[in-house]
Order: sequence, then C-alpha cells, then structure tokens
Amino acid sequence: MRHTISVLVENEFGVLTRIAGLFSGRGFNIESLSVAPTIDPTISRMTIVTSGDDRILEQITKQLNKLIDTIKIIDFTGEEFVEREMALIKVTAEESTRAEILRICDIFRGKVVDVTPKCYTVEVTGSPVKVSAIIDLLRPMGIKELVRSGPVVLGRGPKGWKGN
Amino acid sequence: MKLTGSKILLESLIQEGVETIFGYPGGTVINIYDDLMGSSIKHILTRHEQAAVHAADGYARATGKVGVAIATSGPGATNTITGIATAYMDSIPMVVITGQVPTGMIGNDAFQEADTVGLTRPVTKHNYLVRDVKDLARIIKQAFYIARTGRPGPVVIDLPKDVQIDKAKFEYPDKVELRGYKPTYSGNVRMVEKAVKMMLTAKKPVLYVGGGATLTDAHAELLKLAETLQIPVTTTLMGMASFPTRHPLSLGMLGMHGTYYANMAVTSSDLLIALGSRFDDRVTGKISTFAPHAKIIHVDIDPTSIKKNVRVDLPIVGDLLDVLKKMNKKLAEHKDEVAQANLALKPWHEEVAAWRKDHPMAYKLSKNEIKPQFVIEKLRELSNDDAIVTTEVGQHQMWAAQFFDFIQPRTFLSSGGLGTMGYGLPAALGAQVAFPERQVIDISGDGSFQMNSQELATLVQYRLPVKIAILNNNFLGMVRQWQQLFFDKRYSQTCMELPIDFIKLAEAYGATGLRTSKPEEVEEVIKKAFDTPGPVIMEFKVSREENVMPMVPAGAGLNEMVLAS
Ligand SMILES: Cc1ncc(C[n+]2csc(CCOP(=O)(O)OP(=O)(O)O)c2C)c(N)n1
Ligand SMILES: [Mg+2]
Repeated sequence: MRHTISVLVENEFGVLTRIAGLFSGRGFNIESLSVAPTIDPTISRMTIVTSGDDRILEQITKQLNKLIDTIKIIDFTGEEFVEREMALIKVTAEESTRAEILRICDIFRGKVVDVTPKCYTVEVTGSPVKVSAIIDLLRPMGIKELVRSGPVVLGRGPKGWKGN
Repeated sequence: MKLTGSKILLESLIQEGVETIFGYPGGTVINIYDDLMGSSIKHILTRHEQAAVHAADGYARATGKVGVAIATSGPGATNTITGIATAYMDSIPMVVITGQVPTGMIGNDAFQEADTVGLTRPVTKHNYLVRDVKDLARIIKQAFYIARTGRPGPVVIDLPKDVQIDKAKFEYPDKVELRGYKPTYSGNVRMVEKAVKMMLTAKKPVLYVGGGATLTDAHAELLKLAETLQIPVTTTLMGMASFPTRHPLSLGMLGMHGTYYANMAVTSSDLLIALGSRFDDRVTGKISTFAPHAKIIHVDIDPTSIKKNVRVDLPIVGDLLDVLKKMNKKLAEHKDEVAQANLALKPWHEEVAAWRKDHPMAYKLSKNEIKPQFVIEKLRELSNDDAIVTTEVGQHQMWAAQFFDFIQPRTFLSSGGLGTMGYGLPAALGAQVAFPERQVIDISGDGSFQMNSQELATLVQYRLPVKIAILNNNFLGMVRQWQQLFFDKRYSQTCMELPIDFIKLAEAYGATGLRTSKPEEVEEVIKKAFDTPGPVIMEFKVSREENVMPMVPAGAGLNEMVLAS
C-alpha cells in the first residue's frame, strides 16, 4: 500500500543521506522524496511516498523517529490531506498538434511556460493522478523531457505544525 | 580564554569524566597527541585501530561508562569500522574521535582522506563532522549524551585538522538541546499494571532477558522480579551474567545453542516476558514456531525493536530498570495474589524440571583428550567470582556461554550481534585497564586469536595481566561444525594447516606461554597462569572435532533441537 509521510528534520549537513541511507539500508521503498526548508530555516520538511504493509510502515516511522536529526513525523495514512505535485513537460509541438496541446493544458489548468518553434514546455500542478493523466494525454505528441517534483502534502483543517 | 580545538577536545573529555582513551596516532591527530602529553587523560596505545575501538568497547561493557577511542584519518578511520559496528550491534556506549583532512581539502581525494561520516553512518547511533571549532564543545557534549542515553551506541566525531588548530572560547555546555532526540525512560504505569496482571495469572511464564538488563544494570531488580513471581529466566548471549546462571530459576541461554530446557520452556510458555531483548534470529529460530502459545510482553527502550520480528501483545517502551522497579513495587502491593500465583506455577516448574532432567547441559569427558567444555568448567572453578570473561567468536564462545557459570553482572563480554572474531583480546585489554585488580580472561579460539594477536604487545607494555585461554582445535571450528553437519564434512578452508607455536608467540612479545594436551594437566596450567604475573597464553590442545550441542539448525524451530552429534 502507498503511504505518504512528512518528515521534519534539522536543516543540517548530511541529513538527506541519513534518511535515504535508512531507506536503502533497511530495504524500504522510496517512490518519491521532496525536500526544502520550512518557514523556520533551521528545519527542513521532507515528503516521502513509500509503500509497504502496516508492519513495514510502522518500522519506517519508528526508524525515522530514531534518527537524532528527525524532529517530527507526520503519517498521513488514513488522514485527510491535500496532495500536490508539479510537473514540467517538454512536448513536441507541430503545426498539427499545437492546438490540441493547448486544449489539454487548458483542461488541466496547465500553463505553457516556454515556447520554441518545435516545442512547448508545459507546467502543471495537481494530484499525482492528475499529473499522470496529462502526461498520458501528451505522450502521443512526443514528450522530449519530463520532470516531476514528487508530491508534497499538508493535512487538511486549521491545525498546523510550525515547529516549536 | 581561547583554546585550540585540540585543547577543547581534551578539556571536554575531562569534563565528561573520561580518564582513559584508547588510540593510535597519525598525521591528522598529531595536534591532539601533542596536547595529550601534558594532559591528565591516560592514553593506551594499541597496535591496531580496530583493537583500540574494541578495547574502548570492553572498557565500556565492564564499567558501564562511555568508552573513548581515537584514530587518524583515512586508514586509521577505516580500521575502526569493525569495532564501531560491533559496538553498534550490541548497543555499547562509545565515542570515537577520528582525525580528518583540513576542511578546505575535504572532497579532493587528499592524502589519507576517507569519508568517515559516510562510512560510519550505518554503524553509528549518530555521527558528526565538525566544521567550525566554535561547535566543538557542543558536539562533544551531545556525542556523549547520545552515546550513553536511550538505547546506547557509538557516536563518531570526525575532526578536521584545521579545526583542531583553530581557536575558540571554551565553555563546556551544561545542557544538551536536541529537539529530535528525547528517549522515553519512564515506562507507562498503566501498561506496567497490565503486565503485572498478566504475570500474576500466567500458567507458564518465562522471562527472556537480553542485553538491556546488562546495559541498565537491572540485575538486582530482575532477580527480585523472578524470585517474587518464581518465573524461570532465560537470557540471550547479551543478557548473560545479568542473572546468576546457577540460580534455580535460571534456564541458561536460549536460541540456536541454548539449553534444551530453555527452548522447550519458551516454546511451551503461555506468557513470554521479553526484557531488553530484541528477538534476534539466533534466538528465535523459525519465527512461525517461536513461542506459538504465548502472549508476549516486550519491554524495550527502543521502539523500533518492538514488533520488528514478532507480534507483541503488550509493548512497554521505557528504561528496563525503571520498568522493573515499577513492576516490583506493584507486586509488593499484591502479596496475596503473588502467593497464589507462586502456587499455581508448581506444575510449570515440574514440567521445566523434567526437561532439565531429560537433557541437561552435558558433554562426554575423555581421559585422552581435553574436552573444550572441561577447560571452561575448570576456568570457572579456579577463577574468582568477579573474574571478567571475554570471548572471541566461534565454538569456544558458545561453550563459554554454556559452561561458564556467571555470578556477577558485566562479567561476560562477547560480540553478540556482529559476531566479531578478534574482539575478545582487545576487549579484555580494555576491561583490564578499567579493573587492574580483577582477573580478566579471554576465552579464545586459535583462529580468532590470530585476528588481533598483536595486542599482546599492548598487554605487555602496560602490564595488563590478561589471561588468554586458547581452545586450540586447529580449526575454524564453528564453520567446520556447519560443514560437518550441513555440507557432508567437506572441510573447505577451515583447517589452518600451519600449527602456530603460541608459546613462542607469547614469548616474542615478552608474555608467558603455557601449553597442554593432557586433561590431567588442565588444572595445573590454569593455576600456573593465574599465579604468573603479566599476560599469559594458555594453549589447550582440545579434541578437534567436538561440536557445540545442542543446536537448533538454521531455519528450524526452537523445539527442533538436535541434541547430540
Ligand atoms: C571477522 C570474522 N570473520 C569470519 C567469521 C566467521 N566465523 C565465525 S566462527 C569462525 C571460526 C572461528 O574459529 P576459532 O576462533 O578457531 O574458534 P572455534 O570455532 O574453533 O572455537 C568463523 C571463521 C567471523 N565470525 N568473524
Ligand atoms: Mg578453532
């Protein structure tokens, strides 16, 4: 089963290696990982998408917690949360396909952020499912290059974690 | 006043109460060694960095204090890794300081550069690269705190040469602020009460005790709990000596080379109380048949140990000593129930006694050949109650665990988790440094001994009278045993064809060597070794193809023990 966890860590040298090393060393899966500093610059927030049964997920959260640099783990399994991912898609844009590309973009509320005579770069944001859907639709036009950020998530509702 | 990084390091060690460190010099720690000359800290120069770390480990296991080792960058640092991994697997509190090339050269493949933080990350509880001398005192404070608290473990501080030379104002912090590290010490009272209820009503309870009991010095509370409730106690290799092995409630060790009665008791139990143990595969055998009828209570300070390998009915996260105290306190309020519970356990004790009678720990004595088990028994008989025993890894280690009778806590130092051959001699060295007046015995094998035999020099130099008993079967015996049992006696590369003259080896270092191959001389040799000042090697030429029995074959359940070869 797919799980999304946020990990708040000390924004310190080598922390990413510790987290990544923990996953590879213990044979846990990482589907995606995104990381950047929080509003408190001494803390970074990682969003990790992983998979495994309940026992594995319990081990993952416990093992992450055990790292000295880990401040807090938020496991979104069974929680309400907002999940967003961004993709940049460089797609071949011929005379014949330009209109179609723009229409698809429109439907997905994407934007064309770079244009050359033969190519559009499309920016799209949404749930990973939505991002995958636009990629599937653009694929027939010829995707030259693609980058996905991996999802980031926040829990729904007024409660927030700012660090203390 | 401003001090150099090197001086800050030594001052901080003094603030932490460090008296002795084990190490080996080199280019990137030369400043530290220079400052050591005028320092109150005693430095023991081992002959290999691995040995320095094992010695610090032995010192830590024997005393309960944080062991400290130091090595230079590059090869010095890589040599420490086996020692660090050994300590990590057994949760031993330790701080290892490594030199590093100057910060400006890091990443340039400089001479004797190695990515020590990267190399040691998976085998340390935490590690640091110090990049600014201003951080040094705080990092040392944190390192000691992390090493000794929670589930203890080794911490590495990688210290670039320029940071050792740079100066900063020295102020040793008196508090540690780590927002991501807050181990749970206090066991939840409600959970403890539940556990006590379960223990009072169990019909077939067993206490399964691991290294946590040793690490928290919980022996007295453990004894109290076991005696109050009359629950049989089995220990792991790491829990060994935290419960007296000859106590009527003691079942000895469980697991692969555990006693028949311990393994049968665990398999039949209806309540297994795991205390500071982690259900290692050498302990459980096949998981699906491990304690199949038991409810499991698991007390451990490390939440990751709980439910990692087995299902747990009642988890208690906390310091074992704290939890045991709470249990004993609770039990003191329930005298009547305790008396009832004791009565109700009679049939269980009878069942256990029958297993014990059917298959006691035993071996066949011989008149012509020295049986290795016999040597272990004689060593016990002729040594003091507080003698500290270390082991290497192999058959001799298992025989030591099976046949040496441990009376006091922290008297059995052995590499359990990693199983490191070459651990015993330097660990004995460290223990002897900590306790110059006590007997320290390294029970060794001919193979393992040669992995760190260079430490004889250190023993002689510092007048450390460690007694080394080599059970020489001229085999890598434990591997040979597996080849015999599971590979059709194809002894591939387990016979060291070259017989070593251990007496000459001892003498080359200025130590004493004794040898016998006759059972009737064993006692004499041991007595002589104990009476001889300084380090002594006792070489016992033992029956070569003796096997460690009983045995749970790999992949089998604890109830499927092979009883004799
Ligand atoms: C560093 C290391 N290398 C290899 C092993 C694998 N191993 C386990 S026991 C053993 C044989 C040990 O031989 P010896 O020290 O003579 O002890 P014996 O079993 O004969 O008593 C070996 C090679 C190990 N545990 N550690
Ligand atoms: Mg041998």
